[in-house]
Amino acid sequence: MTAVLEAQGLGKRYGKHWALRECTVDIPAGHVVGLVGPNGAGKTTLLKLASGQLEPTAGGIAVLGGRPVSGRAQLAKVGFVAQDTPVYAGLSVAEHLRLGARLNPRWDAAMARERVARLGLVPTQRAGKLSGGQRAQLALTLGLAKRPELLILDEPVASLDPLARREFMQGLMEATVEHEFSVVLSSHLVSDLERVCDFLIVLVDSRVQIAGETDRLLSTHHRLTGPRRDPDRLPADQHVVSASHTDRQSTYVVRTDAPIHDPAWTVTHLSLEDLVLAYMEKHVADTRRAALEVRR
Amino acid sequence: MIWLTWRQFRGSAAMMATLLVVLVATLAATGPNLASGYSAGIAACTRDSTCDRFYDRFFDDYQLPFLAVSLIVLLLPALVGLFWGAPMITRELEAGTHLLVWNQSVTRGRWLAVKLGLTGLTAMAAACLCGLAVTWWSDPLDKSAVPDLALMAPLVFGARGIAPMGYAAFAFVLGVTVGMLVRRTLAAMALTLALFAVIQIAMPLLVRPHLMPPVTATFELGKANTDHIGINRDDTTAVHIGLNTAIPGQTGAWVLASELVDPSGRTIAGSDADGPVRISTTSGPCAPAGPTGPGMDGCLVEINRLGYRQQATYHPLDRFWPFQWIETGIYALLTAGLTWFSFWWIRRRLS
Repeated sequence: MTAVLEAQGLGKRYGKHWALRECTVDIPAGHVVGLVGPNGAGKTTLLKLASGQLEPTAGGIAVLGGRPVSGRAQLAKVGFVAQDTPVYAGLSVAEHLRLGARLNPRWDAAMARERVARLGLVPTQRAGKLSGGQRAQLALTLGLAKRPELLILDEPVASLDPLARREFMQGLMEATVEHEFSVVLSSHLVSDLERVCDFLIVLVDSRVQIAGETDRLLSTHHRLTGPRRDPDRLPADQHVVSASHTDRQSTYVVRTDAPIHDPAWTVTHLSLEDLVLAYMEKHVADTRRAALEVRR
Repeated sequence: MIWLTWRQFRGSAAMMATLLVVLVATLAATGPNLASGYSAGIAACTRDSTCDRFYDRFFDDYQLPFLAVSLIVLLLPALVGLFWGAPMITRELEAGTHLLVWNQSVTRGRWLAVKLGLTGLTAMAAACLCGLAVTWWSDPLDKSAVPDLALMAPLVFGARGIAPMGYAAFAFVLGVTVGMLVRRTLAAMALTLALFAVIQIAMPLLVRPHLMPPVTATFELGKANTDHIGINRDDTTAVHIGLNTAIPGQTGAWVLASELVDPSGRTIAGSDADGPVRISTTSGPCAPAGPTGPGMDGCLVEINRLGYRQQATYHPLDRFWPFQWIETGIYALLTAGLTWFSFWWIRRRLS
């Protein structure tokens, strides 16, 4: 099975500013991939590179084994729901479905109609009059009925209220179960992704911090609490993700494949949110240290 | 793709169609009247050879509608560029819908091709229809117009024949290209209008005179090309001749320069200045009370006899259609260049 998305040293620069750099990831097919990171971390850039909206400045990217936007066939295989789920304000719901039918060779008209009916969207209503949640659902319907092998969604729920978020995610999940396809989904909130993603990419400050299957990430990351200890005295196979110290106590988040036997530590499991936050903190700590070194 | 383009464009198309129908209906209703009035007037005036007076009166009567329809044809391409061209891509960019439509199974190239093709061809058809209808309607007026508003005059030339079609195609693609580069609707509209206006002014001033080498020839002075003859009471050795921009026997020609030359061929006055002609004004044919009476016809005969001439550089009227084709061709080339650029840009640079 070919990889859904394969990036090698991928980078994108705007002027002097790198929006994404040295991105090397390999996402196998059949996953719901969460791309998480703070605002401005480069999530949209990565997704736009994957959908061919942007051309890379450095490195290479292959999506479903092909170069993004190399032609109609590639476009037909990849669905994209953009940030803020844009739709044509002047076109009605039914006209949007007609647009999809006209522009996509693998369009699933029955599925689109059925979905719109189930969501309670009025076909004659103009898309400009829909609520944010309904508009997002319409955009998702367009993406799903295209029957892509990979559906990319860029912060699809960012502007939705909690109920609409849950309905949107639920709809997406039902569709992935019914029709087998891969999903890459970005958000700056882990809670949006926690229940649906089985693969996670953490992107902070234009770099990929970690990528892997959610289960595996959770089983290899631990929080260690115990008497104060310097990081140099931790075993070599324990990579420190984040550390915090009080006068007498140290708390580490470490990544390791081996079990932890040291009796001095109290070992607790991390939630996905804790894990992501640990990587974000790590980055902040790194940059602070770098700044101090420069000052010295 | 054609369906979507039509769905997005049909409102503007309907508005344009309505305007065109109103215009063409008005022209069709009044055109035959105008033509019969003209032929009746010509028939009457050739009998007593007062056609100059008839032309003036006839043109005066219809000057306002004449200017109005010419203005419509001149403005149509600019409006097309402004309201169809400039917003075509900026509207998608501002609403973010380009991300929706460019991620259907249609390449950007094909999207642009259909959009440009359908809208551009409609714009060209509208401008062509408008231009030809006005050309047909104003034919009697063009024959009787004053030299400054004759068929080849810069303002009128662009409002006749097939040139408006070229202008419309160019203005439309210019609007689209500017929109792609500027990415904001209002700014793109303003810039499109400014650029198009500059080009439309530069064309008749700098380019059109050189589309073919102009003809330079000398003509005897007569009623047609002499604006006035001035006699100065204090200087009795010369009369002052002011020429206008008409040429005898070349009605409707586009006169680029009209100068007074002396017998040796030296220019003594440009187009707008009066030229002194050495001739006595106390006696002889140019004296205010000379042997030929109070009229100045005798004076002109005498000046011609001395060898003073009008030297004119001009394009004759029969170059109207060759010029129309050449100018339309130039705009077609510009349009093709911009179209190529817009395809290149949408594939490579626009995101």
